[in-house]
Parts: sequence; C-alpha cells; structure tokens
Amino acid sequence: MLNGVGREIPNSLKPFVSSDDYKNNERRKISKKNKQSKTVFFSSYDEVFDSFHIDNKQTLSFHHHLRNGDLVIQEVCKVIKQKDLKELHFAPSSIFPSYTEMVELIKNKNITNIHTNYINGDVAKTISEGYLEGQLIMNTHGGRARAIESGDLSIDVAFIACPTVDKLANGSGAIGKNACGTLGYAIPDLEYAKKVVLVTDNLVEELDHYQLDGKFVDAVLVVDSIGDAEGIVSGTTQITKDPIGLKIAKDCSVLLDQLGLIKNGFSMQTGAGKTSLAVVSYVEKIMKERIITGEFGSGGITKAYVDMLESGLFNKLYDVQCFDLDAVKSFNKNSNHLAMSASTYGNPFEEDIIADKLDFVVLGATEIDLNFNVNVTTDVLGNLIGGSGGHSDIAKGADVTIVISPLIKSRIPIIKENVTTITTPGEDVDIFITERGIAINPKRKDLLEKLKNSKINIFSMEELLEKTHSMTGVPAKIKKDDRIIGHIEYRDGTVIDVLRRVHDDYIR
Amino acid sequence: MFRSLLFIPGNNPSMLQNADIFMSDGIIFDLEDAVDINEKDNARNLVETYLLTTKDLPKTIVLRINPVNSLFIEDDLQLLMTRKIDYILLPKSNMISLYVLDNTLSFLERKNNFKKIKLICLIEEAKAVNEVEEIAKHTRVEGLLLGAEDLTNELEVERTTVGNEIMYARSKVIFACAANQIIAIDTPFTDISDEEGLEYDCSNAKALGMKAKTAIHPSQLDIINQVFSPTKKMIKWAQSVVKTYEKTGKGVFQYENKMIDKPVIEKAKKIIEKAKTFDLL
Amino acid sequence: MIYQAGSKESNDCLITIKESSETKIHIDSIVGHLFYDQILEAVKETLKEQNVENVDVTVEDKGALDYTIRARLIVAIKRMKKNV
Repeated sequence: MLNGVGREIPNSLKPFVSSDDYKNNERRKISKKNKQSKTVFFSSYDEVFDSFHIDNKQTLSFHHHLRNGDLVIQEVCKVIKQKDLKELHFAPSSIFPSYTEMVELIKNKNITNIHTNYINGDVAKTISEGYLEGQLIMNTHGGRARAIESGDLSIDVAFIACPTVDKLANGSGAIGKNACGTLGYAIPDLEYAKKVVLVTDNLVEELDHYQLDGKFVDAVLVVDSIGDAEGIVSGTTQITKDPIGLKIAKDCSVLLDQLGLIKNGFSMQTGAGKTSLAVVSYVEKIMKERIITGEFGSGGITKAYVDMLESGLFNKLYDVQCFDLDAVKSFNKNSNHLAMSASTYGNPFEEDIIADKLDFVVLGATEIDLNFNVNVTTDVLGNLIGGSGGHSDIAKGADVTIVISPLIKSRIPIIKENVTTITTPGEDVDIFITERGIAINPKRKDLLEKLKNSKINIFSMEELLEKTHSMTGVPAKIKKDDRIIGHIEYRDGTVIDVLRRVHDDYIR
Repeated sequence: MFRSLLFIPGNNPSMLQNADIFMSDGIIFDLEDAVDINEKDNARNLVETYLLTTKDLPKTIVLRINPVNSLFIEDDLQLLMTRKIDYILLPKSNMISLYVLDNTLSFLERKNNFKKIKLICLIEEAKAVNEVEEIAKHTRVEGLLLGAEDLTNELEVERTTVGNEIMYARSKVIFACAANQIIAIDTPFTDISDEEGLEYDCSNAKALGMKAKTAIHPSQLDIINQVFSPTKKMIKWAQSVVKTYEKTGKGVFQYENKMIDKPVIEKAKKIIEKAKTFDLL
Repeated sequence: MIYQAGSKESNDCLITIKESSETKIHIDSIVGHLFYDQILEAVKETLKEQNVENVDVTVEDKGALDYTIRARLIVAIKRMKKNV
C-alpha cells in the first residue's frame, strides 16, 4: 500500500500518514523498571553474559556517546563471537565506522536484526549489500525513545558505557578519563531495559551530580577502558573555508534575519558540520551587533554554542550529546548547560519537548525532492550513509525548518524528482537554501509573504532542479534491488520508507 | 561599473563552475600568474569551453592574459572568439606592451568584426607607474589595476597593511584614472584570514580615491562590496538632492544649510546610479 | 607514447590518450552509475569534432562537468598532435 508520502509499503507494516498523526494516538508506556535486587559489580564481560544469561535471540542495546572511540560495543561483540551466540538483535542508538566487530557477526548471523538511528562505515556497507539476515530498522532519536518506552523495542540487556560510576551505581559522563559529557541517548535504555549494566573505567566512591540514577542499574562492569578519548570528538571546530559553503551560510543568515527569526528570546539548533558552523558564526555576529540574547541553543553541542553561552548570547544550552571536549568541559561546570534525554529532546509523546520549542533549525540533506522530502539515510545508489538521528524530530518540532546544501556535489544533483529514500517528510521542511537560490515550501505562505519585498532570490524547487540539470545533465535512472532489507520508522513508529539492498551492478 | 573583481585561476574546474554565484561584480579569469607554465593550454581550453557552454555566466567577465611578449599571447587572445569577454586585463602594462596589444587587437577586431575591445591595465612595474598618465589616456583603457605585490618586489620593500610603501603608486593610479574618467581598481589584500586588515585596506584605498578592489578569495567580497558601496546615508542624501533639483528646476539651491550647485548635483546623480547598479535601492 | 591533460582533483578529470589500431574509450568515473553515457557521448563528440580516429582514450573522472571533460580531451589531443 502507499503511505502518506507516496511510498509503497508492505502490507504487514504500519504506513506513515502524516507528521501530525501521532496526535490521534495514545501514549503507550510499559512500566519503568523496578529493580529487585542489589547492584552487583563485575570485572569481566563474560561474567555479565553468564550471570544475566545472555543468549541467542536476545536484544542488546548500546549508546553512541563515545562515537568512534567506543570500545564497549566492540568488546561485547568479541564475547558474542567467542560464545557464538546466534540471531541476536542489536539496538545501538547509532553505529559508527569504528564498530568493526559487528561486520563479521552480521555475516555469520550472530546479529540478525538491528535497530539504530544512524549508521555509517563498514557495518553500513555490510548491511547495504544484503548480509543482515533479518531487518534493519532506522529510528529517529525521539522515535527510539518512544519505541523503548512503549515496549515496541524491548531490550533484554542495555550495555551503557559510562565514564564515571560510583559505588551506589549512579553514573555520570561529565568526568573521567573518557568523559563525553551528557548521556542523553542512554536514558530510555536505563529506565526501560530488563537488565541494565553500566560499563565504566572510573569507579569512584560517591558522585554529587549524576545523570544516570543507580536505582535502575542492575550491574556495574568495571573494565580497563571503555573508550579512546581521541575518537570521541566529532564534528568540527573549523568554520568552512569552502566558498560554496560560506555563500550558503551567509545567505542562510540573511534569510533568518529577514524573517525576523533572530530576536530576543529565540531558540535554534544546527548540525555540527563546517557549513552549519559558519551559519552559527554569522548568527552570532548579528546577535552581537544588535545586542540580542537568545533563550537557548540545543542539540549535539559544540564549542561554538559553548562560546555563545559563555558570552551571554544564549541563556541556556540543552545538550543531548557533547560533540567536542569544550562542550564536555562546559557541561561539567556551567549550570546553564543542561542535559536532555532522547525523550525530552524529541519523543513526540513527551510533554514540552525541546524540539517543539525551537524557533528554527538548520539541517543538511543528502537529497531533497520536488515535494521537499529529505533523504539523509542513503546515497543515490541506496548505500546506507547515515540516518535521521534528530533530523525528523526537530524538522517537525521547529517553527521554521531550513535545509542547506550545495545544489551539486561532484556532479551529483542534490535535488531529485523523488529522493532515493525518504527520511524526513516534505511537510516538515520549509526552506531549502543552495548556492544558486532558495526554495520555499509553497505551503508556507506566511514565509513567502514575509519575503515578498525582499531581494532574496526565491525559486521553485522545479526551477532549481532545472538549473541543476542544465549544469550536470540528467542523471541515469538507478536500478533497485527487489530485496527489502529494512525500513525507516518515522518518530511515531509508522513506516515512512523501506530500505532495499543495493543492486548487484553497484556492488564492487 | 563595479566595486569588486574576483580572481579565479583558469585551470580550477571547481571554482570555474561556481564563478556565477559569488557576490563579486565581476570575475577575472586568470591565465597568467595563477596558472602553472605547463598548464597554460589546459587553463585556456577550460575557460574557453566554460564560456561557450555555460548558461549562467558572471555579470562582468575579465580575462587576464599572459604578457604580450610571452609564447602564450596569441592563443590567449583566441578566447575573444567566444565573444563573452568584457575586458582584457593586461599584465606588466607599459606603453610598449600596450602599443603591441593595441595593434594586435585592432587587427583581430577588423578580421572578426568585433566591437572595440576594452582593456584594464595592470600597473605593477615602476616603469608603469611613471607612464601611468599616458596609459590612462589610451582610448582602449577603461581602468587601471594597481598590482602592489610585483611593485614592492621591484622596489625591494616590504608590503605592509598600512601601505605607506605603495602610497605614491596608489595615488598616481587614482589621479590618472580620475583625470581620464576611468575606474581605479585597488590591489588585492593577500592575507585571506585577516578580515580586519582587509577592512582597513579597503577603507584606506577608498578614502584615497580607489573605486573598486580585487579579491583573491570569495570570502573577501563581503567586506569589499560593503566598503566600496555608497552608504545608506549618502544614498538618502543624493535622492533628496536630486529630487529637490528636479522639483524646483533650480541649478543652485540650499539643502540642509549647504549650497548645492551643479558639481554637487552631478555627484548626487552618480551616487544614485551606483546604488542602482549595485542593487542597493 | 601517452599524452595527458587534466587532474584527479575533485570536479576535474585526467585524460590519457595514445595512438591505437582502433578507437577505444575507457571511462572510470566516481559518478559513472549516473553519467557514464553522457561522459562517453562527450568523448565521442569531441573526438569527432577534432577529427581524431584510432586512439585509446582513458577518462579518470572525479565528477567533472561535460565542458571540463571536453576541454581536457581537446588539450590531450593537441598535445598529442604537436608531438606526432
């Protein structure tokens, strides 16, 4: 059957209707875990496996706060390999290129099903080529929180890497040799997994401040190292030098200004890429010139936002994960640098979520189509290269959702008649900014009205597509494989698109 | 009319394919210094096919050719056949090179039925500074561009942000241009990460009488355009003056306690024209 | 003897050409799945316009637009002709 964005969805799945449709449904919640016994302390992964009877077909979850520096998922994979457990269901909040141990486990059917919000690197390649026996389900950050609290994603054991844990099993990410700051994505796992293990390399007597409450923790595993601090830093602190990126960022800031969005009390979120950073820097300049104070910045927090908090340009930061060590430091010392959980960030059923309070967000796109649907999950051939993360959550929540991208990347047009894969529905995307002009979603008549007398070059998406093709030529049609390897779950749990194996012609 | 001209290396496809999007009033496609001696043919052919096949071209197109006494000059000038080039930028200009180029261009114009080809002369030799008034008088020459890097090399002095070392040359270029009603274009500011320095350099050049500046990176264009545009206040003043003049029909009147006469009215008209061209109204 | 023009920088391509008993065109492009036919067409047309036959052409493409491919091929041909 066709879903609300015109994609063919197998009848066994619940089709996406619209981004507002969740309002027609009740919030479902399983009860939060009520720990029966005292927390136990382990010193090896094997002990955890033995004492929690981790077995075939179970669901294990992880978070991605240590990003490319994570060793916990790697170590768990090694134990699975050694025990040769089969048909496991993995639910890491994201999958990074460093999670190489998963590859063989997928090929050997040790791991056969995966839930995640973002996927990149060798694991992505392995799944794109069809090696995952079961299905890959891609969630949004808020959607994962919803899936866990509703019981749709039932976790047997959550392995939560935690930079510091105390003897009462309370956990904090703010300190320790592998400090990574806030642990927002791990909160749903902590509260709802059947068994929770905090994995740490820094056990202390007692923590004054902690984010993870020991009352949910069944076990603490103390190991030599949970991560490699070098790999934890992601994002970038360098503003782009690419002239195209700078031009897009500049035009974005001019547009924000003309729409009156940079005003006292405003709130914003941007990505952590180099072009986003340039947008932040232009916005900062405008704020300083006009003496404007914003209410908050949110998201994965970077140094750029920390600097703005410290110079009083923002009252608060809401941080679901720290992108660099400056953010980690600030999170540890600044009481206005606040943690948010995946649920308070973007769960559609949670009250007063941060996503809904945002005035505007600036997001990226791998592809965007004539209906403003955005793909950040696959490339044009269908290879998995990312995923929503918070993309769909804040696109829905923010008053004005802006997507920025060059029109062309290495001759590949970013605009398509139809995107290869729909991650975020076009109904939630308001403005598309490119180096050659801006398109505004026709349904946002209010924005068009505000820009009526402005000198900004506004085009229709069709015009931008034509401009692109006049430069690149019209690309050939891509062959699609028949086999469905998974699907993308919108934040309310409905299916917005399916994922297909990459066609043999494109696998080297 | 322009405030800013951006240099783009002729052999760089990434920059070339985006030449139309930068906020410069014109683009200088460079076949000379920014191109390796072994890649001159590559650069020339790339710029040629780009000009012939691209729909959205920059507003003003300037081609910096190689020096007239180089092996490349004949092939470089073949790019005039694209009929897309607004100005030739002549490096190492002096009365001799200008004479040679003028002859060649006159021949090409007759042969191909071209309109008169316009020149911007790059003043980057001590000899050129001495001859600048004559160069500026030449009927083909529509602008002079000061090239401070080569000039300070020749003088064996250090190039500084304050620019005392090029004060004389700058002023000579400015006066020669003003006297011949052609455009004085300032030398590029070479430290692309120093925004403050760039702003100072632009303001300084403008205060002395430069009317435009070259950029070597797109990120410099914002500041250059800003400094070389008439200010909002000036535009408002000019509009009021011209309006009063048109309404009263008087050639001499008082405005804001100041005497307005013909030269002031002309100045006001010029400002409005500029503001129109640069889309500032 | 081979002749080359262009580079392997992004949005550029490196063309290698040599004489051969028949015309052979080999294209290795990072966007081949989307633009193979267009690149081949650009190469064929340019060879025809330049009246070149019996050459072996290799295009190593990093996302160059058609005019860049044409320009690079023209230079490679000119370099070859100069030396023949």
